Amino acid sequence: MNYNWNWAVLFEEQYLSWLISGFGWTVSVALSAWCIALVIGALVGVGKTVPNRVIRAVSATYVEIFRNVPLLVQMFIWYFAVPELLPDDWGRWMKRDMPNPEFVTAVIALALYTASRIAEQVRAGIETVPPGLTSAATAHGLSVSQTYRYVLLPISFRMIVPPLTSEFLTVFKNSSLALTIGLLELTAQSQQIAEYTFQGFEAFTAATVIYVCIALVATGLMQLLEKYTRIPGYVGTEG
Amino acid sequence: MISIENISKWYGDFRVLSNCTTSVRKGEVVVVCGPSGSGKSTLIKCVNGLEPVQEGKITVDGDEVTAKRANLTALRSRIGMVFQHFELYPHMSVLENLCLAQEKVLGRGRKEAVVRAEKLLTRVGMEDHAKKYPSQLSGGQQQRIAIARSLAMDPIAMLFDEPTSALDPEMIKEVLDVMIELAQEGMTMMVVTHEMGFARKVADRVIFMDEGAIVEDRPTNDFFDNPESERAEDFLSKILGH
Ligand SMILES: Nc1ncnc2c1ncn2[C@@H]1O[C@H](COP(=O)(O)OP(=O)(O)O)[C@@H](O)[C@H]1O
Ligand SMILES: [Mg+2]
Repeated sequence: MNYNWNWAVLFEEQYLSWLISGFGWTVSVALSAWCIALVIGALVGVGKTVPNRVIRAVSATYVEIFRNVPLLVQMFIWYFAVPELLPDDWGRWMKRDMPNPEFVTAVIALALYTASRIAEQVRAGIETVPPGLTSAATAHGLSVSQTYRYVLLPISFRMIVPPLTSEFLTVFKNSSLALTIGLLELTAQSQQIAEYTFQGFEAFTAATVIYVCIALVATGLMQLLEKYTRIPGYVGTEG
Repeated sequence: MISIENISKWYGDFRVLSNCTTSVRKGEVVVVCGPSGSGKSTLIKCVNGLEPVQEGKITVDGDEVTAKRANLTALRSRIGMVFQHFELYPHMSVLENLCLAQEKVLGRGRKEAVVRAEKLLTRVGMEDHAKKYPSQLSGGQQQRIAIARSLAMDPIAMLFDEPTSALDPEMIKEVLDVMIELAQEGMTMMVVTHEMGFARKVADRVIFMDEGAIVEDRPTNDFFDNPESERAEDFLSKILGH
């Protein structure tokens, strides 16, 4: 093999700044998508468990669609197809005037996809709460929404911290698909460095190390969260 | 106080309650007993609208529970309910368990709710455990807290669904003592239980149910001394163990 190793290239000002900017976009896309996905995922997950049939059906449909269409396809649909399908004014706005279209589109696609997966976790979490607790809350006069807010969701979110951790890691990995619609996130920047310098091995090693660091930090944060929110001595019905 | 008029309820084709009629006056203690599956739990769950009925009418303190437009949350906040498995909120400390509905349903301020909660914890002998979580307590302690949680709402009546049947024998007394005290203070109570000692001591009336129907509804002593139906006699001889 005749490969010229040159790790120093990563620390040249231009390429280092590309890596940093890529890292910044990766974290921004992933965290923005995650926050939106948590909210939508919680709503849809709750929707799958409420007494109202219409809400249940709408929520189930959401999950089936967004979870089963590949994320890459969803990115393309949001980026290329949706502006054409919208009323003219809106489509034109999306294509021309929307600030940072690659970023916004990537966040929307990633958020809606991740939400469908979080929704399933939330539903499963709610189902581990013994039905007697809901009866007790109802019997004390709490409304359905108060019962979810103060009893069902706080318990089920604690139960699903471990599966949510792996979703949280996945959102960083999935954010790399944003490069396909032109967002210069971490993977795209490494690719670009590889093309400019012919030091592909170094460039992608840097990306790998950064992804691993992100994963380690994310896992650590989630473990802290789990420790902090643990209910003393409590295991759910399936625990 | 509580009036149940000719109610019937079905789960699909299965008739859980058939034409049940009874009433509980203010300050009265009524024990409901009967074999497992006879509809006791279902009957008391209908009283606070946890279960809907298909026929008949229930009123509590003049408000119709079975009315289409009944304000059930307001009504429920005035009726306490204690369950077989305690159903304390596991993610909240004992104190928070007692404060939640006071604050969110009755709209009491934090201070007022805490004061009320502490008073009731003292009353059930649990004042030293306010900061603990339910899973750190014994069954008997949890059930006393569940009773305190209901009392914190200043209910006009209390419903109990087999409050001691999930407890180890040595803990039954501590819970029954709290209930006896409550009864003697004049609380209106409807209690599903097989604790016949409790019934004899504080119940004004005993209702005996079988297959979804109220078979007997009589003053306590009459019920124990000469049950009218063979089924009640049978049941009593089994449960009293001779
Ligand atoms: N949600 C339900 N769906 C169908 N059947 C039920 C339901 N809840 C209770 N039942 C049935 O109704 C009957 C009465 O139940 P329950 O009131 O719990 O009896 P008890 O408290 O006297 O043991 C039982 O046969 C039970 O199987
Ligand atoms: Mg029962």
